[in-house]
Amino acid sequence: MIARLLNWLDRRTGILRGTLAVLLEPIPGGPRWRHVWGTLLALVFATQIVTGFFLWTGYSASAQTAWESVYYLEHEIGGGWFLRGLHHFTAQLLVVLLVVHLVTLVLSRAYTAPRELSFWLVLILVPLFVGMSVTGWLLPFDQRAYWAARVPLNLLGLTPVLGPALQQALIGGPEVGHLTLTRFLALHAGLLPLLIGGILLLHLHLLFRERVAAPAPRPSSGRPYWPEQACLDAFAFALALALLVVVVLVTGGAGLGAPADPSQEYSAARPEWLFLFLYQFLKLFPGPAEIWGAVVLPSLVFLVFVAMPWIGRSARGHALNVILVMSLLLGAVVLTGAAWFADSRDRDYRAAVAQARVEGDRARLLAGSPAGIPAAGALALTRGDPLLRGPRLFASYCAGCHRFDGHDGLGRIPGEAPSASDLKGFAGRAWLAGLLDPERVDSAHYFGGTRFKEGRMVRFVKRDVAGFTPEQKAELQSVIVALSAEAALPRQRALERDDAGRIAAGRAAMANEVMRCTECHKFHEHDDEPVGPDLTGYGSRAWLVDFIGDPAHVRFYGRRNDRMPGYAVDQVLDAEAIGLIADWLREDWYTPEP
Amino acid sequence: MLNDPNQANELTRRPFLKRVLALLLGTIAFLPPLAAGVSAFLHPLRRGAGAGTLLRVTTLAALPEDGTPRRFPVMASRRNAWTRSPHEPLGAVFLRRTGPETAEALHAVCPHAGCQVVFASETRDFQCPCHKSSFDLAGRISQANSPSPRDMDTLELEIRDREIWIRFQNFRSGSVRKIPV
Repeated sequence: MIARLLNWLDRRTGILRGTLAVLLEPIPGGPRWRHVWGTLLALVFATQIVTGFFLWTGYSASAQTAWESVYYLEHEIGGGWFLRGLHHFTAQLLVVLLVVHLVTLVLSRAYTAPRELSFWLVLILVPLFVGMSVTGWLLPFDQRAYWAARVPLNLLGLTPVLGPALQQALIGGPEVGHLTLTRFLALHAGLLPLLIGGILLLHLHLLFRERVAAPAPRPSSGRPYWPEQACLDAFAFALALALLVVVVLVTGGAGLGAPADPSQEYSAARPEWLFLFLYQFLKLFPGPAEIWGAVVLPSLVFLVFVAMPWIGRSARGHALNVILVMSLLLGAVVLTGAAWFADSRDRDYRAAVAQARVEGDRARLLAGSPAGIPAAGALALTRGDPLLRGPRLFASYCAGCHRFDGHDGLGRIPGEAPSASDLKGFAGRAWLAGLLDPERVDSAHYFGGTRFKEGRMVRFVKRDVAGFTPEQKAELQSVIVALSAEAALPRQRALERDDAGRIAAGRAAMANEVMRCTECHKFHEHDDEPVGPDLTGYGSRAWLVDFIGDPAHVRFYGRRNDRMPGYAVDQVLDAEAIGLIADWLREDWYTPEP
Repeated sequence: MLNDPNQANELTRRPFLKRVLALLLGTIAFLPPLAAGVSAFLHPLRRGAGAGTLLRVTTLAALPEDGTPRRFPVMASRRNAWTRSPHEPLGAVFLRRTGPETAEALHAVCPHAGCQVVFASETRDFQCPCHKSSFDLAGRISQANSPSPRDMDTLELEIRDREIWIRFQNFRSGSVRKIPV
């Protein structure tokens, strides 16, 4: 029955006879391991079509949905991370296989007539694969994708005449945005695979045709493709897939950083390792010379490859081709090594990579929080997160004078000494205990760098507190606990629930003859002409927002304010940014329930 | 098929005009869909470079007296194809005081490959993390053989009532000249 059906199909189309003729035609020299590269390339490409198709079914190309859909795929869809990881690493293997195939074609001199067309087809695959990589990188639309994709786009713009227009058409406007993603996706999942698939089919067809129409003398005893060579091909393919599965499992997939933010610098931008040699190569062409490294030389090398079938006609020409290919390979290896070496010794780069990892983890944590990703996109989450934005804002606006645990919020130690207090743990019990410690109150950690170094508060701590009896010291501890409770810090919530009695005692003690807080400070109902900052709600979000917004307000330092700008009244920061700094200092940010 | 001598003869006898017509009509029939598609694809090219509007960035008070540059996001309503955000960072600038009442603005993007430069407080210069270009406080290239083809891009700046306004624009990366995009 099946045989009859096949026969009918064959009579109508001739497909079976044609396929069998190819499969059963003797291969000159018989099956060989070195014949696997072409087929392997096609088979591995076929897996990309499969994984790519299923990725496509879950992908949404726009600035508000690209990262979000990839996040959903990675974390919500069962096995999504594996699917994407497989696609990611198979793409890298594919480039490696293309290079290997090209090199074996040159080494085995399989590029001269009548096989030059077959060779050129492989050659055309090189820019097409580069196009696939570049378009594919951008699609996850995380910080790395965004900043890494800018570089090839900029290099495209360097190309004379058509470059700038082509660049703008690909980007779809003056900046990377929705249209860049839709265009890149159309190229990545539509046009480019169609071209590559067509070329691979044509290339395979030519490979088989060459075996059939091998130059005389025709081997009489060559064994056919089926089943021995097919077996070798299948084995190589299985091996490649096994390797890929191991790599995906070991690495945990392709990974996803924080969502792309054009306003947020990303200092960890590097191309994929496969293209690292080009990155290093471009460093050799400073400034206006860049066009040589980015456009002219690669084009010349490509043209030499195109001319190889003619150059290689003579034995000497072939030797020249081999030397060129080998030196290019060696050059790529050396440049890759140099790039790796330079980056491994670059402290700033390593810090940037670590920071990028932290930000990626945080972005994914926020996206996975019960609130989830809003319709406006994940950028709304990361931009509104105190833990992500706080340190950056602090580093830009506060670290000129203040420190955070000795650094600028981002872990960098500024060159000059701090000229205002260290705000790590501000209004917390430990921080206040340090402020009320005669040894520390006038250190650089607190008032040492400010005009208050000689002020009344410092004098009070250094004279009065230093002379406290043990009982008075215990009472001071209660005052600290009470004052710290004003801040209602999330991290002290549990402590304060247990210390309710002590807090009440401390609050009462603040007005007594020994503690004398309310002599200078306003505290709830007490306000005997305050000269120091209002302690009502000290360190709470509202207090901090008001203070940062206008420290020279009568409620705070008034005319005695020392250098600190009014971030709201001077219009330095908007309310959102001030709120983020306050939340960050208070360590008030989303943390998952344990 | 062409090897069949009878058919080959017949082909040569066929009027030349018909063959030309067949090719021509076929091509013409294919043109409208192709032209429509290409025209839509190239639409972004028809929009000229924007001159940029003046945007308020901050106040003079926000700039350190000692001339240390500070990075500010440039916020404005931003249109990304089919969406418009009322208050979105367009990019960032470094502002630096050059006198009690004067300031200077530099685009925070490296003219080389479009990465965001950072201000290094230890060396007091701008450094690009991508290809290690460095620029002095005024944004001038400060190293021999800089990867960057030009100095950092200055932006038009106006001070109105101690508020700093900037004409924010992007420029083409990698070119020696400063070409707005």
